[in-house]
Amino acid sequence: MLTEALTTSALLFVIGTFGVLVRRNAIIMFLCIELQLNAVNLALVAFSRYVGVEGQVFVFFVMTVAAAEAAVGLAIIISIFRHYRTVNVDNFNLLKW
Amino acid sequence: MELILFYVFAVTVVGGGIGVVASRNPVASLMFMVVSLASVAGIYVLLEAHFLAAIQVMVYAGAIMVLFLFVIMLLNLGHDYRDDLVRGLYAVCAFVVSGAICGILATRFGGAESSALYESFPGAAAMDLELAERGAVSLIARPLFQEYVVPFEITGILLLVAVVGAVALAKKRV
Repeated sequence: MLTEALTTSALLFVIGTFGVLVRRNAIIMFLCIELQLNAVNLALVAFSRYVGVEGQVFVFFVMTVAAAEAAVGLAIIISIFRHYRTVNVDNFNLLKW
Repeated sequence: MELILFYVFAVTVVGGGIGVVASRNPVASLMFMVVSLASVAGIYVLLEAHFLAAIQVMVYAGAIMVLFLFVIMLLNLGHDYRDDLVRGLYAVCAFVVSGAICGILATRFGGAESSALYESFPGAAAMDLELAERGAVSLIARPLFQEYVVPFEITGILLLVAVVGAVALAKKRV
């Protein structure tokens, strides 16, 4: 089942990458990053089935980091929305050159 | 039987992922994401990671997705049907980059079960034995609180910093 799980994980990661590159809604981009994190988690769990339980410990850490990231990122999106009245990333060009 | 279940879950994982990227309504996108996360939890169960499957459903599909839904509802984006795809050269670049990543991963993961490294692993049977002996929670708890206790404590600090940062950022006036 290792190859199948890794293939699913690779597909999920590519879908997440594609979503980040193609969508311009900040919240959807954020969701796609979560999708990528999930793909990595899936690969780690698939390997931990054969290599040892340490992979599951790392998945645990990735989940806490994802939770922290979601909290801070959504707070940033809320404060950006207060200024610009939109979450479309094309409008956030203050740091562009 | 297990393999059939695995394929069902794999199809819903990938279908949910495509739904997240393809749907125009952010709330529909989020619901597809919940489907995808719940199916990943199902795959975790098939890979004998029971504790992580429970955490996945409770923390990811429960708490984090509700946080996203809360923000979408708070910002009133639920009926924001404007087409928000990038166009032109950027779209071509997106296809090229994701295709390249897909190709690299396919060549890397292709023969995972026939490689020489795979032979040196303890294998699924040894992991099953350990799981039956110690139970799902104890299996992950021992390395978490012995070898990885320092990263575990740092995770606690990270969560505290995230809470303080979120409150400070989302406040109306600093």
